[in-house]
Amino acid sequence: MTVEILSSRGDEPKHPSPWGWIAGLGTTLVLWGIAYSQLVPISERLVSLLPVDRSSHFGQALAFFFYDTPKVILLLTLIVFAMGVVRSYFSPEKTRAALAGKGEGLANVMAAGLGVLTPFCSCSAVPLFIGFVSAGIPLGVTFSFLIAAPMVNEVALGLLFGLVGWQVALTYLGFGLGVAIVAGWVIGRLRLEGWLQDWVKDIQTVGSVTIPDEQRTFVDRIKLGIEAVGDIVGRVWIWIIAGIAVGGLIHGYVPAELMVRVMGADAWWSVPAAVAMGIPMYTNAAGVIPIVEALLDKGAALGTTLAFMMSVIALSLPEMIILRKVLTMRLIAVFIGVVGTGILAVGFLFNMLFG
Amino acid sequence: MKDVKVLGPGCKRCEATEAMVRDAAAKLGIDIKVEKVTHYAEIARFGIASTPGIVIDGKVVHAGGLPKEDALEKWLQA
Repeated sequence: MTVEILSSRGDEPKHPSPWGWIAGLGTTLVLWGIAYSQLVPISERLVSLLPVDRSSHFGQALAFFFYDTPKVILLLTLIVFAMGVVRSYFSPEKTRAALAGKGEGLANVMAAGLGVLTPFCSCSAVPLFIGFVSAGIPLGVTFSFLIAAPMVNEVALGLLFGLVGWQVALTYLGFGLGVAIVAGWVIGRLRLEGWLQDWVKDIQTVGSVTIPDEQRTFVDRIKLGIEAVGDIVGRVWIWIIAGIAVGGLIHGYVPAELMVRVMGADAWWSVPAAVAMGIPMYTNAAGVIPIVEALLDKGAALGTTLAFMMSVIALSLPEMIILRKVLTMRLIAVFIGVVGTGILAVGFLFNMLFG
Repeated sequence: MKDVKVLGPGCKRCEATEAMVRDAAAKLGIDIKVEKVTHYAEIARFGIASTPGIVIDGKVVHAGGLPKEDALEKWLQA
């Protein structure tokens, strides 16, 4: 049995001492702290070296850009690393085992929560979907997972926390989970199992396999964190710079009174407009947060801005294209409709409560 | 001869995993036959929920992410 072989550690090749890794990690964290504390002086220094007036529109946009870029990248690196370590304790197979056999309702709540914690890459979306559904996990519960996984992502959460404030970050977490739970539950009630692609309905599986735990050491987990940083930061940095550039332009050029009129709490139509605009837009969570920060700063209403952000992140075209392999168009339309309605509700509720 | 299947739709990690399997087998001098399983329906049949997956002689030993090198060598030697 594989399990026995894995647990017999006698002939194991020697593990390198973890102390070198721990010392390295500590040093890196200290350096991170020093770099983070020096962001303002360094960015002001950079702007003052350029032949631009600091108080001009362009100067303000530049100052925002030079301050936000390193800040976002520093925050992102830390968050992605921490999340990589946390996620090494979870796997889609373990999540599936935890969800199987639970009644709807509670399972929707668990699925949304686990959607945030389970390592998940979009290239695995189809195997995951099939793996869940064929293990008898209800469609609605599977959707709670699939909605929460991209929407409440650690990058969005951490950047909101660092750039906008913990209140907004927590609200986003709460509402993101809420939309995933309720939308999944509604989809479950609609009984749409018949709307899956035919080949998905016909799949014969051997049943769920449980893969023996790969006994990760602490050093393995640190390595996984570093790997996540290389993977995610390496992929999204271009989006971040684009997002910060747009945010910088908003900071420097968009007059606050225009923003209040267009995206303020009194403009009720701005919520549906923001959601509709967000669906075809595809950017990474990391790219949209600097824009969110700039919008809020200029007086856009929180509900409208959050609705925009959720719609950009959760309802993305590439994900739909992947899911198209397993879902019929009708089911995708229901998915967009239900999630979109949830996001709208969040936007309106928020503007009402805090407007 | 061991029959090894690498399950995955063809993402970068799936290809890296296949290379790791071949390297480990060559290093240990184990004779293997590697087959890539890329069809979703066939991947699903093995009961995994994340890719890349590794199946050795019909038994799923790994799913999701790159395998650890020392673990991979043990699976191949088993």
